[in-house]
Amino acid sequence: MSNQALPRPNFSPPAPEQGHRAALKLESTTAPLLQGKVSDVPDALFAWAMRLCGLAVVALLGLIVYELIVGSQLSWHAFGWKFFGLSDWNPVEDQYGALPFIYGTVVSSILALVIAVPLAVGVAVFITEMCPVALRGILSFTTELLAAIPSVIYGLWAIFVLVPIMREYVQPVFAKTLGWTGLFTGPSYGIGMMTAGVILAIMIIPIISSITREVLAVVPQHQREAVLALGSTRWEMIRVGVLRNARAGIVGAVILGLGRALGETMAVTMVIGNRPEIAKSLFAPGYTMASVLANEFSEATGDLYLSALIEIGLALFLVTIVVNTLARLMVWSVTRGHPAKGIA
Amino acid sequence: MNTTSSALAQQIVVPNVGWRRRITDHLMTGVAVLTVVLVLAPLFAIFAYLVYKGIGSINLAFLTQTPKPVGEPGGGMANAIVGTAVILAIASLLGVPFGIGAGVFLAEYGRNRYGDAVRFVADVLNGVPSIVIGIVAYGLVVVRQKHFSALAGGVALAIMMVPTIARTTEQMLLLVPQAIREAAYGLGVSRWRTTLSITLRTATSGIITGAMLAFARVAGETAPLLFTAFGNQFWNRDINQPTAALSLQIFNYAISPFDEWHRQAWAGALVLIVLIVTAVASVRFVVRRGKLAGA
Repeated sequence: MSNQALPRPNFSPPAPEQGHRAALKLESTTAPLLQGKVSDVPDALFAWAMRLCGLAVVALLGLIVYELIVGSQLSWHAFGWKFFGLSDWNPVEDQYGALPFIYGTVVSSILALVIAVPLAVGVAVFITEMCPVALRGILSFTTELLAAIPSVIYGLWAIFVLVPIMREYVQPVFAKTLGWTGLFTGPSYGIGMMTAGVILAIMIIPIISSITREVLAVVPQHQREAVLALGSTRWEMIRVGVLRNARAGIVGAVILGLGRALGETMAVTMVIGNRPEIAKSLFAPGYTMASVLANEFSEATGDLYLSALIEIGLALFLVTIVVNTLARLMVWSVTRGHPAKGIA
Repeated sequence: MNTTSSALAQQIVVPNVGWRRRITDHLMTGVAVLTVVLVLAPLFAIFAYLVYKGIGSINLAFLTQTPKPVGEPGGGMANAIVGTAVILAIASLLGVPFGIGAGVFLAEYGRNRYGDAVRFVADVLNGVPSIVIGIVAYGLVVVRQKHFSALAGGVALAIMMVPTIARTTEQMLLLVPQAIREAAYGLGVSRWRTTLSITLRTATSGIITGAMLAFARVAGETAPLLFTAFGNQFWNRDINQPTAALSLQIFNYAISPFDEWHRQAWAGALVLIVLIVTAVASVRFVVRRGKLAGA
């Protein structure tokens, strides 16, 4: 994401082979002057060492896929596709179904998006279009500071500050006003799906807002001027001239935030309640794919138990890859062709 | 570009706009300000609580002693602080060279399809949930060694550092003007010497920045350490044994039912955040002062 933000020099880099040969050619012409021949053995060695490092990155991904697939074989053979449809999670009887965790991951992430998207887009719009220049740097730095806080500290804060607030003030209000929907019923423990969604939202706001900012910055200036010239107010300029043009990129930013929310582990584990049940009420405790791994992996006793957990990890891995790839493509569709100008 | 845009929008006087549109405009400005307040509120709340709850619990004992059993007051997280340092050192030793090497490959040898493939894979790796990386390190190290260890924790964090460092190193190397490389080639300097002593040296401060950001990112990681480093209540000097880490200790204490442990969790969190903020701030300082000359 930040790679787009850095100015790139405007030269066309030579293809490596060409560059290599060009360098060698230079060497061969200068060699007589220098009274010695430059050997190309070290050059080739260095090039291969660097290629090996590049290969290592690809190998890492291969290794991850390999470990996850091999580790989940046992569970795959025992349950097949049913694994993702069963809602029974019972280590004592060796019965494993991932549905409650998938449900928890999806619901908590959607909840987080519902809360985070308007806030993150609002902040991005304020920083790029409305705020005084002097404030801009400070605001973007502070929102990015939110991204530097470790997940476990969010969790700690959520347990001791957010949970009591949710229990005493927020959830009773929701129960009273929206209780008829069935989504906000039952006892409000504070701990549960809703609190997990709130803490997730706080955690994914920085990423959504910083990428939205990047996207807004590449909307051509003349779009804004054209709308203003038609006699629009500033808000109309933002709505028609900026947001509409940046739509695809903002959606990409949101999906990137979703990718982050799906895999987030510690803070969610600390407040979601960790009960493998599917409940309609958002006040009820739940469980996510990442938090079942965090809680049960090191205590998994049976081979099948461990294998089922690794299969959950595999599913989580595949979903985040699909989501992230989709998001990158959407952000790229807006920012492409504007590598340097306007983003600083 | 942005500067002009908001200056433009602020200076412009819109004549004869109906009251409805004018009010909508003001309303939306108000909404935007409100979102900023709502987003910044948790940030300040978190820092305020960290300082308020943490500062009273940090004392000499906290920084020099190991945890006491439940019920006994006192004790500290000294072993966890050292454990975090050891795990991070292992991660940096493994991850930084590979990351920089991959970055050099991308910038100097990877302006082609293979480079694009590696670039894409690095971005994909960046998005892999950290808990999944933990599973992989478990399979790679813990299963083979047959017990949890600092080494396994270091491997997990190293895997997370490599793609980040590779991409930032690449960006920094691309900032080095091509003319500098050509000047070196023109003097008959071989390609590997040019890369090592000219290109990499010019980009040093940027590359250090990238490495520090990757370091700060993994310093607070908990999920990949849960079943690799595992945690330990005692001193441990062997990197092949289960090792305590600050983030693990915070997690375990936070979900425990004991007030004394909650107090220590806050103190540990404060120590951790000070460590990370110092790293990030020093990076910003270095970047301000040492931004690539000539790029």
